[in-house]
Order: sequence, then structure tokens, then C-alpha cells
Amino acid sequence: MPTRLTLKDHLFESRLIMQRAILLVVIGGVLCLILFSRLLYLQVVEHEHYTTLSEDNRVKLQAIPPNRGLIYDRNGILLAENLPSYRLEITPEQIDDMDATLDALSAIIEILPNDRTRFEQLVQRKPRFESIPLLFHLSDEEVARFSVNRHLFPGVDITAGLARHYPQGPLAVHALGYVGRIDEQALKDLDSSNYRGTTYIGKIGVEKTYEALLHGKVGLQQVETTAQGRVLRVLNRMAPESGHNLYLTLDSRVQRAAEAAFGTFSGSAIAIDPENGHVLAFVSLPTYDPNPFVNGIDHATYAALKGDDRQPLFNRALRGQYPPGSTIKPFMGLAGLELGVTNTHSSTYCPGYYTLPGNERKYRDWKRTGHGTVNLDIAITQSCDVYFYDLALSLGIDNIHDYLGHFGFGRATGIDILGELPGLLPSREWKRRRHNQPWFPGETIITGIGQGFFLVTPIQLATAAAALANGGHILQPNIVYAGQAANSSALIPYAPRLLENITINNQSHWDHVINAMINVVHGARGTARAIGADSPYRIAGKTGTAQVFGLKEEEKYVAAELDEKLRDHALFIAFAPAEKPKIAVAVVVEHGGGGGSVAAPIARKILDAYLLGSKP
Amino acid sequence: MNIAIGRHHEDASKRGWQYRLHLDAPLLFTLIGVCAYGLIVLYSAGGGSIEIVERQLVRLGVAFTGMFLVAQVPPRMLQRLTPWAFVIGVLFLLAVLIAGETSGGAQRWLDLYVVRFQPSEVMKLAVPMMVASFLSDTRLPPNRWQLLTAGVLIAVPMLMIAKQPDLGTALLIASSGFFVVFLAGLQWRLLAFFTVLTTAAMPVVWHFMHDYQRQRVITLLNPESDPLGSGYHIIQSKIAIGSGGLFGKGWLNGTQSQLDFLPERSTDFIFAVLGEEFGFLGILLLFAFYTIIVVRGMMIAVQAQDTYTRLLAGSLSMTFCVYFIVNTGMVTGLLPVVGLPLPMISYGGTSIVTLMASFGILMSIQTHRKLLAT
Repeated sequence: MPTRLTLKDHLFESRLIMQRAILLVVIGGVLCLILFSRLLYLQVVEHEHYTTLSEDNRVKLQAIPPNRGLIYDRNGILLAENLPSYRLEITPEQIDDMDATLDALSAIIEILPNDRTRFEQLVQRKPRFESIPLLFHLSDEEVARFSVNRHLFPGVDITAGLARHYPQGPLAVHALGYVGRIDEQALKDLDSSNYRGTTYIGKIGVEKTYEALLHGKVGLQQVETTAQGRVLRVLNRMAPESGHNLYLTLDSRVQRAAEAAFGTFSGSAIAIDPENGHVLAFVSLPTYDPNPFVNGIDHATYAALKGDDRQPLFNRALRGQYPPGSTIKPFMGLAGLELGVTNTHSSTYCPGYYTLPGNERKYRDWKRTGHGTVNLDIAITQSCDVYFYDLALSLGIDNIHDYLGHFGFGRATGIDILGELPGLLPSREWKRRRHNQPWFPGETIITGIGQGFFLVTPIQLATAAAALANGGHILQPNIVYAGQAANSSALIPYAPRLLENITINNQSHWDHVINAMINVVHGARGTARAIGADSPYRIAGKTGTAQVFGLKEEEKYVAAELDEKLRDHALFIAFAPAEKPKIAVAVVVEHGGGGGSVAAPIARKILDAYLLGSKP
Repeated sequence: MNIAIGRHHEDASKRGWQYRLHLDAPLLFTLIGVCAYGLIVLYSAGGGSIEIVERQLVRLGVAFTGMFLVAQVPPRMLQRLTPWAFVIGVLFLLAVLIAGETSGGAQRWLDLYVVRFQPSEVMKLAVPMMVASFLSDTRLPPNRWQLLTAGVLIAVPMLMIAKQPDLGTALLIASSGFFVVFLAGLQWRLLAFFTVLTTAAMPVVWHFMHDYQRQRVITLLNPESDPLGSGYHIIQSKIAIGSGGLFGKGWLNGTQSQLDFLPERSTDFIFAVLGEEFGFLGILLLFAFYTIIVVRGMMIAVQAQDTYTRLLAGSLSMTFCVYFIVNTGMVTGLLPVVGLPLPMISYGGTSIVTLMASFGILMSIQTHRKLLAT
């Protein structure tokens, strides 16, 4: 190639490349400007927006559940506490093969099929970085076994938390109740923000009634988390406020004695301090252990409880409605005296039955041979039915309804445990409303001895007995004695609530009836004389027998011949010491037979436990 | 001739150490600056780990040594070696396709028993060298046959690399080849024709793309369509950059970066760390470094004494420009996610060595110029 040409080309090429190079640099510059405008858009114009997004990314709000308040009895004996408990939790995000992990885990710790199902359902619902509990309440051995193998299970962790525990087991479970895991239904009715992070909620009993107080206030913390949801540090913390501790009016010593006194019988007993309505014992038997309910009772145990003929889950003290039987007689007697229908001297002849004029139907006395001539004192002491048939007829159903209504029959007492039933104090109005029928005189007669439509709950009976003891003050029975705010030693007592003062026309009428009740226990022919003989204090009481099974007119009731389920309920009400009552009790023994022979001894043991402090 | 060369004349006394060591001071100091800046960002991106910085320092040591060694080779010798490097490179690429090791879903590595290396890295230099060498032997602007030949020289290695698949590197190689052709005076008509052709070829390219590559394009158009899947990278990096604002959240204080929200934060997405912690001003500083490098590279190109070195220097400088524009465009959500690191900042091995070698070539071109008396 000739040199001249090359040189000419060289110049040309140099200029060409120069032009093109400048062009490229300009294009590069333009591209950079586009990039800059993009950056300005992101970092200046949209800066606020992205700052918010970045904060949302990093900061998460975590709830700190408050510690649930403890529950003590009146003497400071722990009834409900929070125990550290170990839970096995899995963070799905860190698990490659969930099934394999669960299978491998179950080789170390038993995983029940329903635990697994529940867990798998939760996995579907919760975010993947959130750890989900698989097992609750690991035993120390299980914790140890897992810890040894921990390296095999990344993403599986043991966390410590607090779980509700009832150290006394089945004692007073119907009063105390229990907590359980919050279910979807409960969450709807709750202030869900306060329950963020809370596992348990009161299901029944005091745990439910005082849920708001026991639960406390949720705490919150802002935490900085990684993209995986791991918490790095706490940015801001608002401590939770622990729930109030509660002191119950229950005396667990008396409660234990009462429960033991029943033996194998089902039934209920309520002991009340007549001065303030404090419930000292709240018995409903059979009872059951609340602890399995806390973390979700397993199906078999629950089915067994539910299917038990003796109905341990049934709260007899509040919901058991029984005919009061003869225990109503002191109240009837008072009605007769105070309303001037009878007096302490007038007497009735008891041939062992009673008939209405112009009617063949015989209303039997429990004693076939009859009590002979009886006045009110004898009628109460020996529990003569005929006297009260006559009295009831003289009073009329309207007077009976009105006067007994003052004692709280036929309406819920309002005790601070939910689910109470009102019983039934029949009236003309009720009968018309309920059965669309007029009231018949025969119904008045049997109402006079606490049979017929008449139904009471043990808590009503005890409240009425307490009113007899304290001279006519109907106090709302209450189960919580005092509350105690967290971090405070001061007890805030709950004031007794007076529902009604029964007008007393003549104090001697009351004295007379109470005296008759003392004779029931301490008199030579009293129906409960068996418990009076060795009693170091004087007891006023009244036995009762509630018919479960309607006998035909001429049939003789022989307890032994009857199937236990058809046997009568045995009742007893009492208060002691008779002169200055400190405790009133009502005892209902289902299918117990006789009030004097079965119910009264149980009442005596309750009185002893409280008044003498004797240990069961 | 005097006019042409006299412009490049510099006083011998001014040349001094730069010429003895064959180093270019503006380029060298800017490179050191940007690498130091990169180490600072990398320390933060690595979660405050000094180990990652130490390993990167070792790599940089190797890379700077490589640059220094390459700078000693006179351009004339480079041109003589060019065809060999190109042929051997193509053979290696072939070997990779046949027997390469798979890493991260793509066959890129060739195990030579002594070192594992990516032949595609060699091609980043071999392709522009080859095309520049070929075109500098002809009269500029190139005619159609020469263009066709150049096109083949570019397309063969590019397609082989795209097949691995390594779109990022294929893109860089294509642009380095294109820049040579463009600088050599590619006619505007032809440029327009190729542009139309490329656009028309898009559906065909789409057809041959891997699923994950298609997904990246879809993601670019609408990252929120799959916020936890492929859109996650882009969404998080935009949050990081945007929340950095003008001044940034401060070194080691980027929450997106430090709390794992930003994926690939020490490699391809390190720009987002820089944007979050040092803000817009920090990015300006980085671009200042980059601009100096590109402008200095282009100055070297126009000051070069023959067509081969002019074309090569111009191409290498502009390829570097493409390099960081593509990465930053991708991290800011302007371009689809292609696997390209942020040059000299991202943590990574082979590419930094190649990159520094290309600067070695620039320095060699600058310092091996003949002194011509006026």
C-alpha cells in the first residue's frame, strides 16, 4: 500500500474516530443524566414513600402478653398460678420438608395426631417467619431429649412461657373455673388488641367472671427484625400491666372438708358467711381436674367427662334446680307467723295425711302414722307435712309467693360466677303464663312442703339460710373477697352487697322459728338430732327430702328397693353457732335418701371445719 | 502530519515515572479511589465483616498487578497476540459448552486443574482486540464485507456465551465489538438498519430466552406483580435507594442492607447499599470516579497514535461505561435484571481482574506512544 494513501487515511481516520468518540461520550452522558433523574426521583421525590416502606420492613410491633393474676383462697392458699412451661415451636420458613421434620421429631417426642393436625392448620394461616407452637407443656425429660438432638432440627425451638396451673386440682373447680386457649369465637367478642399475644382466656367460673381483671393490659414493643423475621433488638417498649390477683372468699380447708364429706355422693353444698355473703365453700360434686383444659383437653378425656352419667361438668351449685322439700318449712312458718295466719300456739292434728274439703285425694305425711297434735315448733322439729299443708292452704299461693320471694327464691342470687339458674317459685301468674292453666288449691298444698313446681338452687337455699341466720338481710353471695393490683400489696376488698332487708313484724316470730330449727338438731325428737348430740356449738337446721320419683298414692317408699337414680334427694340447711351465726350452709345430696341421715352429717362436717378448724 | 501528531506531543521531562512504569496517573489514582470507596461499601454490605474486605483486597491486589503487567506490554505486541488470544478464547468457550462446570445454573467455568476460570472473561478483551485489529488493517470506514466479517467475529463468541447462559457478559462483549465498529465509522444507514433488525429480532430472542430471563423482563415492567418472587430484588433495592434520600442513612446504618431485606447486596445489588447508606451524594461521588475513568479512557483513545489502539482504547472505555450504566440501571429498576456486577465495587473474582487488565491496556496505549519531535 502506498505511503501517501496511508497517511491520508490516517488523518481521516483520526478525525473520524475523534468524532465518533465524542458522540459516544455524549451518548454516555445522556444515559447518565437519565440515571440521575431516576435517582433523583427515587431519592428525593419519592423519598418519603420509600422511607415509610423501609420502616415497615424493619420495624414490627410485638405484643407482650401480661401475666395473668393469681387466685388465692381467703387464707392466701394458691388456687391458680402461672407455671413456666416449655413449648416446642417451629418456624416454617426455616424448614425445607415439614413432613420429614415432624416425622423425625416424633421419634424423639410423641406428637399426637390432633396436635399435628392443629399445627398444620396453623402453618397454613400464619406468616412463614412466625414460629408456631407444636407441643405445649413439655416435660423436663422431653426438653432434655430434644436439646440433645437440637442440632438436627434447625428452625425448631423450645420456648419458655407461662401456663395456667391449678395446684389444688379438682378442688372447687366449679367456683374457680379454668382458662383455655382463646378460640376464634371468643376472639370476636374480645377487645382483640388487648389480647394480642395472649394464649389463655377464662372459660368458666371466677376465671371467666373476672377475666377483665385477671387478664391485665397487654404490653407492646417495637422490634427491629431481619427479613427473616428474627428479632434483633427492641426499639421501644411499653411494659404489660399484670392482671389483678384475686383472693376468693373460699376457705380451701372448709371446701376440702365439704368435698370429702360427700363421699361418693353427687350433690352440692354451699357455705356462706351470713354477715357479709362471703361464700366459704362452693361444692358441686362430682368434680374434675381443670388442668387438662388449659391447653386443650384431648378428645378421649373430654368425651369421658361429658359422657359420665354423674355429670361432673354440671355446676350443681348454680344450675342444679331441686325441689327444696322440707327445708322450706322454716320460711313457711315465718310467713305464717309474720302474716298473722297462724301463731305459735295454734295446733293442727296430723293423722298422717291431709285432704282438701270435698276431695278424696290424700296428701300424705312422710310419717304414715301421723304426728298427732302439732304446733309450729313440733311441725318444724319433726318436719310434719300435714301442718304445712294446712298452713299453705291458709296462706294461699299469693302470700307464699310474695313472702318466700323476699328470701330470694325464684330469682338468681347474682353471685359473681356466671351461668346461674333462677330456680322456680311458682305463682298463679307463672302458671298461667307457663301452662296456660289456673292455679289449683292442691298445688298450694304441696308447695307448702317444697314440692310440686317449686325449685331452688343450692346457692339460693344457702342465701336464704344465711338470711334466716342474720335476721333478714339478703346479701348477694360473693366469691371474690378482695382484689390486689399488680405490684401492690394493698388488698381492695369487695363490699358486701345487700339486696334486700326483710321486714320483721315481730322479732319473736323469728326467734320462735330459729328455736324450732335448733330443736331439729338438738331436740330429743329433731329430725337431725344425730348431729346435735356431740356438737360443741349449737346448730339451727332443717332437714329436707326432695322427691325425685312421684309415688302413687298407696305405694310405700322404700329407699332400698328403689334404683339409686330414683332415690330422693337429701337436703339440709343450717347455721351455727345458733346464737351468733358465723356460717350458714345448704347441702343437697342427690339421691341421698334422708335429709337427716345423709345431708345433715355432711353439713356438720362443714360447720366443724369452719368453726372448729378441724382438718378433714 | 505535524499537525496531527504535534497535538499529542508532550515534553519528555513531564513524562517522568508514568512513562517509565507505563502507568497513567489520572487513571491509576481514580481507580485506587474507586476501589477504596468500594471496599468501604463492601464492608457494610458484608454485614461489617472484615474477612470479605480482606478477600476483596487480595483480589484487587491480583487485579492491580495484572493491570501493571499488561501495561508493560506494548500495543504492537498486543496486536500481534490478538488473533491467538481470540482463537484460543473461542476454543475454550467451545470446551466450556462441551465439558464446562455448572455453577449457579449456568455453565461458565472451565476447570484447568490449576485454576478454574471463565473463558468468557478472556473474550471481553479478545473480542474488541480482534475486531479492532481486523478493522485497523483496512481502510475506514469499513465496507459491507468487512462489516460482515466483524459481525461474525463478534457474534460467534457472543452467542456461545449467551448459550451458557450469561447474558450480562454476552451483552458486554457485543457492545465492546459494536463500539469498535461504531468508532471505525459504521455508516448511519447501516446503523439504522441494524437497529430495525434488532428490534424485529426481539420476538425471536424472546423465544430463545430461558424462563428465568423472561421472568426478569416481566418483572422489570411490573415488579409488584410478584413481590415475593422475582420482583422482590427490585422492590427491595428501590426501597433501599429511595429511603437513602439525598444524604443516606449513614455507613453501616442502612436498614435494608443490614437486616437482609436487600438480596445479593455484596454482589450485583451493592449499588443499592451505597444508595441507601450514602444517599444521592454518595452516588454522585461514585459517578464522578466513573466519569473520570471513562473520559480519561476516551482521551487516551483520541490521543492514541494508530487506528488499532484508538479503536481498542475507545471500545474498552465505552464498554466500562456500559458496564456501570447497565448495573445501576438494573438496580434502580430501569433495566431488566442481568447478572452484571457494579465494576470495582461488587464483591467478585474474575471480572475485576479482566476489568483491570483492560485498564492496563489503556495505560499501555497511553505510555507506549512514540515521542515525535516537532
